[in-house]
Amino acid sequence: MKRLWRRISEPIIELCIRVSGLAVVIFVFLIFLFLLRDSLSLFRQYPLGQFLFGRKWLPISEPPQFGVIPLLLGSVLVTFWAVVICVPLGVGSAMFIAEVAPKALKNVLKSFVEILAAIPSVVLGFLGIIWLGPVLRDTFHLSTGMCGLTGSLLLAFMALPTIISISEDALTGVPRSYREAAFGLGATRWQTLWRVILPSASSGILAAVMLGIGRVVGETMVVLMVTGNAPVIPTSILQPLRTLTATIAGEMGETVGGSEHYYALFAVGLVLFAITFTVNFIADLFLRRARR
Amino acid sequence: MSGAKIRQNIAFSVLGAVTLLIVVPILLVIVYIVVNGAGAVTWSFLTEEPRSGMKAGGIFPAIVGTILLVIGTMLFSLPLGVLSAIYLVEYARDDLFTRIIKLSVVNLSGIPSIVYGLFGFTVFVLLLHFGTSILAGSLTLAIMSLPVIITASKEALESVPFSYREISLSLGASKWQTVRYCVLPYAIPGILTGTVLSLSRAAGETAPILFTVAAFYLPRLPRGAFDQVMALPYHLYVISTQVPNIPLSLSFATALVLIALVFLMNLVSIILRAHYRKKRLW
Repeated sequence: MKRLWRRISEPIIELCIRVSGLAVVIFVFLIFLFLLRDSLSLFRQYPLGQFLFGRKWLPISEPPQFGVIPLLLGSVLVTFWAVVICVPLGVGSAMFIAEVAPKALKNVLKSFVEILAAIPSVVLGFLGIIWLGPVLRDTFHLSTGMCGLTGSLLLAFMALPTIISISEDALTGVPRSYREAAFGLGATRWQTLWRVILPSASSGILAAVMLGIGRVVGETMVVLMVTGNAPVIPTSILQPLRTLTATIAGEMGETVGGSEHYYALFAVGLVLFAITFTVNFIADLFLRRARR
Repeated sequence: MSGAKIRQNIAFSVLGAVTLLIVVPILLVIVYIVVNGAGAVTWSFLTEEPRSGMKAGGIFPAIVGTILLVIGTMLFSLPLGVLSAIYLVEYARDDLFTRIIKLSVVNLSGIPSIVYGLFGFTVFVLLLHFGTSILAGSLTLAIMSLPVIITASKEALESVPFSYREISLSLGASKWQTVRYCVLPYAIPGILTGTVLSLSRAAGETAPILFTVAAFYLPRLPRGAFDQVMALPYHLYVISTQVPNIPLSLSFATALVLIALVFLMNLVSIILRAHYRKKRLW
């Protein structure tokens, strides 16, 4: 009886395992497919060219305009400044954690990074509204603190754990012999770190930066809460603007299912999907090279 | 002191300062929320329903909602994630197909949370007629949690020494028996650690639940899987942006409870990891 049960149950379980292995591929494919389906519904009514190159996002005016350029530039601008802020900080502290800090301090610093990674984005958004926004407004004498820079600063903060932990892995992964060879030639620890270890870890660090960018582009709640929600082509990081993610989150609740506006938001989602897919693909290439 | 040595000292000080520049704000954020929120976190705040348009009362329904979502997410993502990791480690050959699966895991983890929200909305809420419900939200969060669970489970399975499998197979056990009795038990701690970590992230997520489950204001408990619920992160979003004149202490207290919940889950995963690492056999 028991043997019979095993003869029946084992193939079933193994089938489940094989199907589950496929699940991830299916999900990625389905997500793409459904975004594509609803985006195509938009392009049946609204020309693709006007969506991709349109300079105005006016979903509820008559006639509506769904130009994605202002949102795309909003995302690009916020991401650019976030990266400018967080890459030097992240890579610098990864160097400190990996090569300078003594072991006890290293563990403390690593747990700090884990704490940062655990803080929900909506909490940082809340702090942006009540604290960081007003501080920036007073510092730069702005009309409102709800602007691109507030978003960039918070996003930079949020991308740090990704950048630090992957860069640190890359730095620690450099073979011991490299270090020993450099020390043997009389190099100081700093010279070794700067001239030998950092260049050898560059693929891993580039992967860290790419993954950080992916994180920043896709982050929703912080930018929805603090960047001022102005879907216009941004001219300065100190102005209110609107990103791709915030547009979907902010407008989805107000659309009528099946309307042009509704489908336009899926088209925005598709653009977002394409961007993060590319960024992660490049990151994966760098990681693969780093492992070799 | 030689020039090189001085340069080293300067460089290391700069790196130290950079690190400090990151650590201090983290500390400030935590302290700021605890100091401003702790006063308002009372027993009644935790156990009562919101009153007078959320301007008074507690956040009990939101806490319950978030816990239900976490449980629902786990029910879907844990079995699927573990089985999928078992496939990758124990069954998959090193071919193009396996590469596609691995690349999909990477890409799934990179998809923005709001896109999961869109997907969950079209598929679970509309297409499958689940409506905005705990079920739709849990499924959406489960797909989002999959990559982390798969990666953690994969690492846990890979860390089990190869000899365990060889011995089991040489004794005449089948492939599945080997996995079930000689590999999985030793990988469980790693799997649990990764799962709790990914669930803590799901608990704090707002974007995927915006249109799939979250109720703006629903001062009662859900009756089933097809009900809407309030959730802590969404509640914090609502009271800090959508409703004017909410006492700031309520927002701080909600943020504090959310952070405490997420940290508690992280702590559980750290303790699990430490506990099992001591008992490890190899």
